[in-house]
Amino acid sequence: MRMAKLFFAQYGGADSELSAGMRYLAQRYSMPLDTLKALLTDIGTEELGHWEMIGAMIAQLTAGATAQDYKAAGMGDYYVGHQNGIYPQDASGVPFTAAYIQVKGDPVADLTEDLAAEQKARATYESLMRITDDPDVIDPLRFLREREIVHFERFGEGLDILQRMHINCHTK
Amino acid sequence: MQKSREYMLREIQELSFICVDLNLFLDTHPDNKRAAMDYSGYSQKLNASKREYEEMYGALSNFGEGYHGPDFNWTESPWPWE
Repeated sequence: MRMAKLFFAQYGGADSELSAGMRYLAQRYSMPLDTLKALLTDIGTEELGHWEMIGAMIAQLTAGATAQDYKAAGMGDYYVGHQNGIYPQDASGVPFTAAYIQVKGDPVADLTEDLAAEQKARATYESLMRITDDPDVIDPLRFLREREIVHFERFGEGLDILQRMHINCHTK
Repeated sequence: MQKSREYMLREIQELSFICVDLNLFLDTHPDNKRAAMDYSGYSQKLNASKREYEEMYGALSNFGEGYHGPDFNWTESPWPWE
C-alpha cells in the first residue's frame, strides 16, 4: 500500500498520465497539419488509457484497506479526505490542475512541451521503479516507461515534419 | 483445445497493443508499406479475437461498438480493475 501513495504521482501529478492525455487532446485543435492532429489525438488517447491503468493499480493496491491500513501506509490524511476513493492528486496531496499543462496554440512550442513532458514522465517511472519493493508492479511500470520513450520519438518526428514543412514553405 | 478466458483476454491485449503502436508509427510514417501491411494484418486478427471472446463472454466495448454477445451483460462484474 505504500506504493499506492507514490502512484498518485502518475494519477494526478504534474507529469501524470492525466496531465499528458489532457495536454495532447487539448493541443490537437490548433495543430496545422493532419499528421500532428492525428499524433496528438492518438497519443492523447493512449495516455488516458494509461491513466485508467494507474487508477486500476491504485484500486487493486487499496482494495479492502481499512482506515488503520491507510494510516500505517502514511496515508491517514488521504483517508480522511477520500476514504477508499481515488482522487486526482499528486503523491504529496496537491490536487490536479490544468496549470500543469500549456496549450500555447503555437505548434513548435506545444510539440517542444510534449517532448519535455514525455521525458518527465519517463524519469518519474524510473523513480517509481527504483523505489518499489513490489515485484508485481515492476512490469506495468516498465511498460509505461517504455511507452514514454516511444512517444518521445513520435513527437520528435512530428516536430521534424513541422519544421521541414516550414522550411519548404519559406523557400518557395 | 479450448482457450481459457484469461488466455483470450491476454491475446486481445497483445494484439491491441501491437495495433496501437503501429498506428502511432503510421501517423508519422504514412508511406511505410510494411507498417501498413502489418497494421492491416494485426487489426484483422484483433477483431477476430475480440469477436471470438465476445460471442462467449459478452461485450468488451459498449456505445454500439463490438459485439454484445448473447446477453446485454456489460454492466456485470468483474470490472477491469477488480
